[in-house]
Amino acid sequence: MRQPLALRLGRHALLITGAAVVIVPFLWMFTTSLQSRAETYTNTSVIPTSWNWQNYLTAWEAAPFGQYYLNSVVMAVGIVSSHLVFDAMAAYAFARLTFPFRNTIFVVLLAALMVPTFVTIIPAYTIVADLGWIDTYAALIVPRMADVFGIILLRQFFVSIPQELEDAARIDGCSRIGTFLRIIVPLSRPAFATLAIFSFLFAWNDFLWPLLVTNTDEVRTIQIGLSSFVGRYGTSWNYLMAGTLTATIPSILVFLFFQRALVRGITTSGLKD
Amino acid sequence: MTSVPTRIRPAQSASGGSAPTRRRRRGDRDQVITALMFLVPALAILGVFVVYPIINAGYTSLTSWNGFDPVKEFVGLDNYVRLAQDPAFWNSLLVTVVYATGVCVLSVATGLAVALLLDAPMRGRGFYRSIYFLPAVTSSVAAAIVWKYMLDPAGFVNALLAQVGIIGPDWLQERWLALGALTALTVWKNVGFNAVLYLTALQALPPAVYEAAQLDGANAWRRLRHMTIPLLAPMTFFVVVQALITSFQAFDLVYVLTEGGPRGGTDVLGMFMYRTAFRLGDFGYGTAIAFVTLLLVLGVTLVQWRASGSGRSDR
Repeated sequence: MRQPLALRLGRHALLITGAAVVIVPFLWMFTTSLQSRAETYTNTSVIPTSWNWQNYLTAWEAAPFGQYYLNSVVMAVGIVSSHLVFDAMAAYAFARLTFPFRNTIFVVLLAALMVPTFVTIIPAYTIVADLGWIDTYAALIVPRMADVFGIILLRQFFVSIPQELEDAARIDGCSRIGTFLRIIVPLSRPAFATLAIFSFLFAWNDFLWPLLVTNTDEVRTIQIGLSSFVGRYGTSWNYLMAGTLTATIPSILVFLFFQRALVRGITTSGLKD
Repeated sequence: MTSVPTRIRPAQSASGGSAPTRRRRRGDRDQVITALMFLVPALAILGVFVVYPIINAGYTSLTSWNGFDPVKEFVGLDNYVRLAQDPAFWNSLLVTVVYATGVCVLSVATGLAVALLLDAPMRGRGFYRSIYFLPAVTSSVAAAIVWKYMLDPAGFVNALLAQVGIIGPDWLQERWLALGALTALTVWKNVGFNAVLYLTALQALPPAVYEAAQLDGANAWRRLRHMTIPLLAPMTFFVVVQALITSFQAFDLVYVLTEGGPRGGTDVLGMFMYRTAFRLGDFGYGTAIAFVTLLLVLGVTLVQWRASGSGRSDR
């Protein structure tokens, strides 16, 4: 049923007001990133009044953002690809295979998911330190190569694929690994896409763990670089905003391109970062 | 959790079953071997970096340890006794509880409001949803940096206030104002997320009930008050628990926005733990703080389980 015009207009008015409040910090970040140093103290417009694009170059030269970026990319690629492989394998075992203690192991993993990172972070840090991995890519990637969230997400999806498809392939002589690779994996593309996006955003935006295990610019990720930039260039807001915007762009792009998968992931799993 | 198909029965019914039991046993063994192969990578990583650390943390919290000594000196419950007597801990707990309460109330209010506005079929719904969701995909560090700048005495917020003749305070230098700013930042970051959750719940509501209520003459406000809000109760509960858990674990936003200041005004449990362990090198005490946080989160989760078990009928 169609609603009266006044109601529809009122609805849009409220939504636009809310959207404006939500979006202002982003506009402000963009505007400031283009201002001259003097302007940052006097101008409060969210519409750019000057266009100092060289601020981006200055910021990029003031800190090794290129290196930070590369490190974040390496970490994200490592984490996303291993999640897609290892989480999928484990999810398949939990969804389709019988083995001793299956439910017990699954429940232990579910319980571990509820434990705050703070509890595990000190011992995990100690293990990584004992392995001599501090300040290496290994410290950033290896401890996160599998995650419970991904296993649950994929398992839910695998369970919903009809058993008959797999049975038919088995009768035709396909091995279990074969059915996994040729039936389950191709049919689960949407679930893999969702997991990839979540894993990427998680890795790209992660802060506490990279903060602990990196000490030098050679392995520091973009988020850590950015937060140390605050201390060093805290008053040069224009450069700081240029750096912040640059660091945010990959997340925003991924979001804009893959929104649908992201929303699907939230509604099926209800998980917050 | 939905239940899993427990056994794959491939060939025996089709092939007539001359030796069904033997074949099945071999099938089982194959299956266990495949399962093991498939599980090893994930379980090894999760075991070493998640499950074992939980157990290890339980022990570490009972020791006095600076993070370097090879030997951890066992001190029993000393760390917990010390926590109970530590004013910094009580301050941190108070700050966290006030923060978590604010985040919960505002998360429900903003999430529900946006979802209700977006619920009807309308032009531009996808566009609005994208805008509201944008903060959720932005890193905490970037979000906190921008807010820190906007709340600077010379920043956007005070300049805006100056336009209407108000002299704005130094937001991040006043104890309760800083906590309010942190709360607002958290809610801003999660509004899209909560709206999406509420939107899913709204769209699952039975339209027939609404049509009946409308025929009976219930106006929009009464339908919202007496039908929608009660029917959404399970989702509200979920949103509240999620908000509680994330606020009890807050760290990134605080670290960048205020570093726990001014004078402990935003010193949430996560910040307190980080400082104790990684800045002061008091790992035993730091782990005890983490464990108390765990107990609080666990308490909240258990309450959620019990409540959602009884309130699930309409999902």
